[in-house]
Amino acid sequence: MTATLIWILVALVAIGVYLSWTAGRLDRLHVRMDAARAALDAQLLRRASVAQELATSGVLDPAASIVLYEAAHAARQAEEEQREVAESELSQALRAVFADTAQVEALREAPGGEDAAHELAEAVRRVPMARRFHNDAVGAARRLREHRKVRWFRLAGHAPFPLAVEMDDEPPAALVERAS
Amino acid sequence: MRIGIVCPYSWDVPGGVQFHIRDLAEYFIRLGHEVSVLAPADDDTPLPPYVVSAGRAVPVPYNGSVARLNFGFLSAARVRRWLHEGKFDVVHIHEPTSPSLGLLTCWAAQGPIVATFHTSNPRSRAMIAAYSILQAALEKISARIAVSEYARRTLVEHLGGDAVVIPNGVDVDFFGKAEPKPEWQGDTIGFMGRIDEPRKGLPVLMRALPAILAARPHARLLVAGRGDEEAAVADLPAGLRSRVEFLGMISDEDKARFLRSVDLYVAPNTGGESFGIILVEAMSAGAPVLASDLDAFVQVLDQGGAGELFANEDADALAAAAVRLLGNPARLAELRERGSAHVRRFDWSTVGADILSVYETVTAGAAAVAADERTSGLRARFGLARD
Repeated sequence: MTATLIWILVALVAIGVYLSWTAGRLDRLHVRMDAARAALDAQLLRRASVAQELATSGVLDPAASIVLYEAAHAARQAEEEQREVAESELSQALRAVFADTAQVEALREAPGGEDAAHELAEAVRRVPMARRFHNDAVGAARRLREHRKVRWFRLAGHAPFPLAVEMDDEPPAALVERAS
Repeated sequence: MRIGIVCPYSWDVPGGVQFHIRDLAEYFIRLGHEVSVLAPADDDTPLPPYVVSAGRAVPVPYNGSVARLNFGFLSAARVRRWLHEGKFDVVHIHEPTSPSLGLLTCWAAQGPIVATFHTSNPRSRAMIAAYSILQAALEKISARIAVSEYARRTLVEHLGGDAVVIPNGVDVDFFGKAEPKPEWQGDTIGFMGRIDEPRKGLPVLMRALPAILAARPHARLLVAGRGDEEAAVADLPAGLRSRVEFLGMISDEDKARFLRSVDLYVAPNTGGESFGIILVEAMSAGAPVLASDLDAFVQVLDQGGAGELFANEDADALAAAAVRLLGNPARLAELRERGSAHVRRFDWSTVGADILSVYETVTAGAAAVAADERTSGLRARFGLARD
């Protein structure tokens, strides 16, 4: 009788330790996801800021300036639900404005243009990177959260279900091509 | 930035991953970053100042061959100490799925971890058995890098998740500025790699050789690499054996001169390649490349735009393509030019900057790397902690 009780106790402790370890794993994944999300937000904001700066700098022709300003402004002001659409539109606007290598060259030749082009190229290259890292973290968290042990014991607590960020982040080819 | 790099294979054994890490570390040091590389090494091997030894790697049977790995209590303690003393902003682990230092670091660290997947091994049985353990360690990695689109696909299929593709780097100018050697020039075909490793494809090239020599009697095949030379030419008609020259193992400088000299570089590999760094080196040196159409090679050669491809393991196709190319100097010159232009994207200046932007992306909004207190905390609960 006592032996059975001890065994039940041991089993319960083992299950407890395992669940606590899993909860730690899940917590770590949430931390990683939050950091990835913050990094993505930072890159998106950086991209929108540089685009807006360029649009108001007078280096581009007026039509391109307006298109770019509109898109950058919308991306910065977008509500959370509209964010992905607005950022995708900014990607499209950037691709439209910098479709030609000639436009990129013209930007580089303007005073201070070299720095601006560099800054924008860095930003448009990092957005897809940051998004991929974020969605990778989301995928890992979802796989763990869908597991029985996490659902049955409600290990995720009240943390919202992780959502991937889906948007068009294809950079303008002329801008990221580094001919050296 | 304080960067910690983990090398899974012995520093004293030459290999692709080790060279990649050495070049990467030196590139970052030139830019003024603080770099520390943790690598398995014998205690008496001379190491560059930026390498920290994680102790000797132990040869154990793993995955069908004998691998030299680091594991166990002592290695884990060294990893922990290295993490603790390094106070890195980011840790970059290479080959995190091999049961060696990479996995140990994954297990012991927290914070921004970047990992590069070099090989595209099909999932081994051990990996399936250890899947949940592996997954718990791998999900700490904040950013995954695959060396080719092909490697990325295997990674996504076997482990889930996603990765960015950043190719391996090459010092393009080192190869481009090498001095050609006259005795290696003049209708020469170059091959480089282990002679007795069938996947490097020398047997395919040997089968194609009689047809090539029939069309171009003055052609010579230069073979650089270790292995049994007698066995390699055993199937060749005796009269043709003198057309094959073996150079043995050659130094880095000679390798650059070799690639700079040959009229055609042939890569007949039949499999097991996830990137194809040798093709990039050949193109850097301005050698026209003829390669088998492995996924990784097709990608490195820009779908055939920067080099010619032939059907894998098809000796006749190889012979036909080689004869056609050697008889067409204009096409060779065109390939040289296209290869040299294409290869700039593999230069360290580009590849290093890309890897650095991965570091900057993952460190933005994250704390520095530290030893994971959760694992040691758990150990402390059971009275197993070291200190």
